Amino acid sequence: MELFFAQLLTGLANAATLFLVASGLSLIFGVTRIVNFAHGSFYMLGAFIGYSLMQVLPGMFGFWLSVLLAGLVVGVIGVVVEILVLRPVYKAPELFQLVATFGVILVIQDLALLIWGADDVLGPRAPGLKGIVRIMGEPVPKYDLALIAITPFFLFGLWYLISKTRIGILVRAATQDREMVGALGVNQAWLFTGVFFLGATLAGLGGAIQLPKGGADLLMDFNILAAIFVVVVIGGMGSLPGAYVAAALISVLNVFGVTFLPQSTLVLMFVVMAVVLMIKPYGLFGREEVAGEHGQVGEPERPIKPAGVKVRLLVAAGLLLLALLPLFGSDFSQVLTSDVIIFCLFAASLHFILGLGGLVSFGHAAFFGGGAYVAALLVSHVDAPMEIAFLLAPIGAGFAAFIIGWLCMRLTGVYFAMLTLAFAQLIWSLVYQWGEFTGGDDGLVDIWPSTWLNGTTPYYYFTLVFGIGGILLLRHAAHSPFGYALRASRDSSRQAEATGINTKRIQWAAFTFAGSLAGLSGALFVFSKGSVFPTELEIARSFDALIVIFLGGVKTLSGAVVGGASLEYAKDFLTRFEYWRLTLGLIIIFVVIVAPEGISGTLRKVAERFGIIRQREGES
Amino acid sequence: MSHILEVRNLSKSFHGLRAVHEVNFDVGEGELLALIGPNGAGKSTCFNMLMGQLKPTTGEVHFQGENLVGKYPRDIWRKGIGRTFQITATYSSMTVVENVQMALMSFHRRVYSMLPYAHKMYKKEALTFLDMVGLASQSERHCAILAYGDLKRLELAIALCHNPTLLLMDEPTAGMAPTERESVMQLTADIVREKNISVLFTEHDMDVVFGHAHRILVLNRGELIANGSVDDIRNNPMVQEVYLGGGNLFDSDEAAS
Repeated sequence: MELFFAQLLTGLANAATLFLVASGLSLIFGVTRIVNFAHGSFYMLGAFIGYSLMQVLPGMFGFWLSVLLAGLVVGVIGVVVEILVLRPVYKAPELFQLVATFGVILVIQDLALLIWGADDVLGPRAPGLKGIVRIMGEPVPKYDLALIAITPFFLFGLWYLISKTRIGILVRAATQDREMVGALGVNQAWLFTGVFFLGATLAGLGGAIQLPKGGADLLMDFNILAAIFVVVVIGGMGSLPGAYVAAALISVLNVFGVTFLPQSTLVLMFVVMAVVLMIKPYGLFGREEVAGEHGQVGEPERPIKPAGVKVRLLVAAGLLLLALLPLFGSDFSQVLTSDVIIFCLFAASLHFILGLGGLVSFGHAAFFGGGAYVAALLVSHVDAPMEIAFLLAPIGAGFAAFIIGWLCMRLTGVYFAMLTLAFAQLIWSLVYQWGEFTGGDDGLVDIWPSTWLNGTTPYYYFTLVFGIGGILLLRHAAHSPFGYALRASRDSSRQAEATGINTKRIQWAAFTFAGSLAGLSGALFVFSKGSVFPTELEIARSFDALIVIFLGGVKTLSGAVVGGASLEYAKDFLTRFEYWRLTLGLIIIFVVIVAPEGISGTLRKVAERFGIIRQREGES
Repeated sequence: MSHILEVRNLSKSFHGLRAVHEVNFDVGEGELLALIGPNGAGKSTCFNMLMGQLKPTTGEVHFQGENLVGKYPRDIWRKGIGRTFQITATYSSMTVVENVQMALMSFHRRVYSMLPYAHKMYKKEALTFLDMVGLASQSERHCAILAYGDLKRLELAIALCHNPTLLLMDEPTAGMAPTERESVMQLTADIVREKNISVLFTEHDMDVVFGHAHRILVLNRGELIANGSVDDIRNNPMVQEVYLGGGNLFDSDEAAS
């Protein structure tokens, strides 16, 4: 019982940071509809900046002043990011901004590395709160008690700001209908900037305030990202009390998890989230998501047509070039091209549901990594021949998508995205923590193709056939009645349902189909590398695919392939340099601002302007 | 005249608010029946219950003898009921003709098919429907750039795809210019007469209602207060009272516009 109580206190203390960061994310999303991936980076900056300030500001007063200043500095950084990076892309298609924030993550990662170095930083203990207090015989750090005491004040302060002040009224009004707020004469641009300032400040505070407990390191941006998304979703988007309750729930459960079920820690919060969303689809305190009903942002998507003769010839020429690559290219160029093709298939499979179906999945890596693991597990546990394992991988991934799709399909929009993320993390943590079966962190190795595919060139051709084959299959499906029905369900589910189309089932089928093709790319991947590790199931892997789709152009069929190829080749080139993240991040931000239609969409427009391809009537 | 739709004791409450209360009416074969009433009278609630979007609290809806209550909109559509929306709902990323082809693919149960090219399927058939509503010349245009009146015509073409026996039209002329209103309504009237389709429609424009309806139902505060011919309704003092606050706008056709 004593231990139980002490654990409870530790959990509540941990909730302080989580609540601060998550409420910032929730505010930003509520008003601007931007899923700010860079929020974890703001949190990390808060920790590092707070640490630096604490070195020069001594004493108890200095400590708390540092925390406050760190928050404000990060708030200003947030404003800079908003003005420089996000303002130019508010008019871009929905969710496009998240690509820009992803670029910001990369830039901040390298800047932090430049300034603070690669070593973890141990946070200073808070002056005046260094000791412990014995509560029922158990030691509890004084600082934990301070955090538990402070958090309600933050909660109340924020609640007051949002519920009772004029600024709060504007923020809430903008959350409901920002067009209306704009029409009433409120300067939206500055409202957005202000909200970004507030949100970033909260993240910075969260980072600084946890220094005595956790210190600062370069991985903390991604490490907290999943947790704050979970908190926001469990609590309900835009609900401050919800964020607090969810933060407390997650933190306390986590502490107990560490003590009583150490092998479950990673899984736990996603299980909680999945359960909550299945019972209360909009979170504990959330209300139904009505955003996005004010029409599509940006210009409407154009009709699609199968490629004409000219394009077909061009594609055929490109394929021929790829087929001839082993004659003139090095082994390395074949391996690199295989990687690119595999990645393009993965991205194209996500594009099928995201672009055509409007289903934003944040967890598509579950099926890529899932396919890879199905094949690897079959080979290492039952000695399955490569051909069988290769065949069963897409089926296994498709089956996983079938189950996960069924569970997620009742949600829409951001909640759908979050639930897919939760299930992907669930699979990731299962693989990560079930060491004796999956190899855990060490992965599964020695997964090689059959002898007839031994060697770089034979496997290159194998990848070419199945990779390109998969991409062409997806493309053809887009032009088939099934692809049309999927687009119809996205364009107007009202009309589709009223003319006999079961939209949810169409989307479910598409989700399964896309999952199995992601599994195919995963199978190609595992036999080309000879091994698979849990990183292939990570959030970062899902985000990779998401990013290239938007970079390539979400409203064009070729977008995923163009974006995937561009990013993979760029990465291969850039990773030779020390600060490649910085460069890549800046390139991504640059592309986002200059080409809001994505590479493919913008190229098409340029070509139309110069008369290289014919412009269809009424499409400008 | 035999009835193809029979509505019996239809009621809907939202948290104690009686939006629709004990409504009874029939739709005859080939009849153009108007459902009118002031804003908030329960017209849309009624419509949504007929189409399966809302589940009635109590009551039954019989279509050709079969109870529709509890069925999904898509199943009700398959029984032979088409609908158009108050706020147009079309597939903005497709061409005009593809919008109609989509409905035809659904009608022929081909939406899960992955082999053929969709843009070639049922195109000729789709074009005949577009021709019917006067959109043939715009068949290859991008739906997103269509004028509002043309979108309404497109919706009508989509609704005719499965050869319905009953059409439910929610404010078919809302948001249109007066001349356009008349031509769309005349077009609808001509098509349904030729194909012997019954129509139930809601409408705020009295010209349209008096000009085309065979019979009129009047809803007020969720209750049906009148049911009769155009002349009956025109001269019904209770209708004048609730609908126009005692005004005398029903006295002449000129004043109604």
